[in-house]
Amino acid sequence: MKYMDEYRDPEAVKQLADAIHNTVKRPWTLMEICGGQTHAIVRFGLDELLPKHITLLHGPGCPVCVTPVEKIDRAIAISRMPGVIFCSFGDMLRVPGTTGDLLQARAQGADVRVVYSPTDAVRIAQDNPDSQVVFFAVGFETTAPANAMAVITAFRQEVPNFSMLVSHVLVPPAMEAILSSPQCRVQGFLAAGHVCSIMGTSEYLPIAQRYRIPVVVTGFEPIDLLHGIYLCVKQLEEGRFEVENAYVRAVKDDGNVPAQQLVADVFEVTTRTWRGVGDIPFSGLHLRPEFRQFDAEVRFDVADTVAKEDAECRSGLVLQGLLNPTDCPAFGKRCTPEHPLGATMVSSEGACAAYYRYRRYAREVR
Amino acid sequence: MNTENLQACPVPSFAPDAVVQMAHGGGGRKMQRLIDEVFTSTWANPTLLTRHDAALLSLPTDCERIAMTTDSYVVHPLFFAGGSIASLAVNGTVNDLAMGGARPLWLSVGLILEEGTEISTLHRIAAEMRECADRAGVAIVTGDTKVVERGHGDTVFVNTTGVGVLEHSSVIGPSMVQPGDAVIVSGDLGRHGIAIMAAREGLVDACDVVSDCAPVAAPVLDLLAAGLDIHCMRDLTRGGLASATVEIAEQAGVNIQLEESKLQVTEAVRATCELLGFDPLFVANEGRFLVILPAAQANAAQHILSTHHVSMGASIAGTVTDSGPGRVTLMGRFGTERVVDMLSGEQLPRIC
Repeated sequence: MKYMDEYRDPEAVKQLADAIHNTVKRPWTLMEICGGQTHAIVRFGLDELLPKHITLLHGPGCPVCVTPVEKIDRAIAISRMPGVIFCSFGDMLRVPGTTGDLLQARAQGADVRVVYSPTDAVRIAQDNPDSQVVFFAVGFETTAPANAMAVITAFRQEVPNFSMLVSHVLVPPAMEAILSSPQCRVQGFLAAGHVCSIMGTSEYLPIAQRYRIPVVVTGFEPIDLLHGIYLCVKQLEEGRFEVENAYVRAVKDDGNVPAQQLVADVFEVTTRTWRGVGDIPFSGLHLRPEFRQFDAEVRFDVADTVAKEDAECRSGLVLQGLLNPTDCPAFGKRCTPEHPLGATMVSSEGACAAYYRYRRYAREVR
Repeated sequence: MNTENLQACPVPSFAPDAVVQMAHGGGGRKMQRLIDEVFTSTWANPTLLTRHDAALLSLPTDCERIAMTTDSYVVHPLFFAGGSIASLAVNGTVNDLAMGGARPLWLSVGLILEEGTEISTLHRIAAEMRECADRAGVAIVTGDTKVVERGHGDTVFVNTTGVGVLEHSSVIGPSMVQPGDAVIVSGDLGRHGIAIMAAREGLVDACDVVSDCAPVAAPVLDLLAAGLDIHCMRDLTRGGLASATVEIAEQAGVNIQLEESKLQVTEAVRATCELLGFDPLFVANEGRFLVILPAAQANAAQHILSTHHVSMGASIAGTVTDSGPGRVTLMGRFGTERVVDMLSGEQLPRIC
């Protein structure tokens, strides 16, 4: 299939794996940023095709995983309010809050609906003028333009019963937070291709220079990932630290400028709590004052939500690449997709879920 | 002139009702008429037309064992590309009988109708059920309708119970599965689940997928007639190939390895799965099944399956590797292996 088979061709995969083997002389540790990349790596077993002394760490780029517990709790609290239709991407419904998740809230009577686009939620609001329709706006730079568009639409078409629970996060500050940690082992980054398709590549230049670290913009198919890994280890072996684009079919250097403008019109940068990690300055987006009327946290009284994370969950370490999922004492025992302690075990982009789903016992079998 | 009616109340209108009313479940004339006009006449066969409380059925001579199964069908929308609640309700139950190695013969049909459902919808369901029953070689021999108030159902819920006869003495089930057995998958995967998803989420224009809903008893009976030593069969409905394989592996106490390059998924299903973040191994089918039998008989079985339209894409796609705790793995196209496990719940569309 066009755009899929050609990026999963076994012969091309083998050639790239060989090229990586021929390039690598020393051990290197790379981090892929995006949870979609993590899942592809583990699902296709790409890490097993690499030289033994190349280590892939799995990064924080899972929007579901990093959404703080208090936001989940507020989402659940709002969804339970009478007259509320709570709309979310499907991924968020199973994420555990302090005492439950949105699926449980739905089973207990809340009107929780899966939508595929935030503009669907605006339409639901127009169709249900007597209900309050709230959209759970999570995600990185990739989903921000569509969410901004939904707010603009609600503003222009005067949809007063629409609001948004915003928990947007940004990639570059998280990369800097990881690099600033004294325990940081990351020597090269595979940047998240879809984030870069919106934001372009320029915001990674200062990171590459300041931390003397290669940043390779990388896609999500096996060929894309191996190509990104190849360019990254080649830079490392050659002592370079540049921003390179291994995903040119989707990413232009300046990104999608109208989308960036839309985001800037609606959102502004704020400090954001990352689940398991803590506060990262300038790492999130919230609504600009002129759109605050659409802020669900302003519209609904949820300020007193007291969130509590499971003490045993180490997802924060996993999200920073400091702990491999299978090295967590709770992995596969007290923490499973049926009974997750943290979001990394439930999300389709979470590293723990990827290991549980694809790797749980593959090594023993072999 | 009919003098009888002169003293009586005005003649009630017998114009056909357009929609189901509570009275259609009340046990009176309205109910009788609905059942007769919509269902009994459409499904007509000698047993059904006796209108007894119970269908009285004679078993074929020499039949010592029967198979029985039941399933309830709730699907939204009722009609979708390649099928409907009617075809699901017939084929789903018929296929469960076939998986037990039985020849399906009889079905009961229970219908829960929501007040306000259009009678024309019921006509369409009844006609499609008849068509599917004929195709599968079964007769609908008894039935029941109930009506629930508007808002207490989703137009129509269907339950079917099926009875079939076993014409052989083999035991077919997970307990028979042995290390060294081959696993045959009867065709391409994921079409039913994606067709429903596409209809439900308005992706119909973008995604040209037709459900694989079909009866599979004919190829199964041919396998048995050929004297093949079938150890286990299972249809790949909810949870798809992955869940069915894991279920069998766990129940049989064996490990199974599937080969990705032998599993077929159409371009349209793959594309839609990629878009939504779904894995076709977990997507529901309604006309696919797996057969586990000794490896030495696998080619013969594949050949027989390939002579039936419903299983013409059958491929030998896996092996029962050894005894064990029921682990299923998938050998990928790049020579790397991954775990295949049941999902903890339903697949949910991803964020980005």
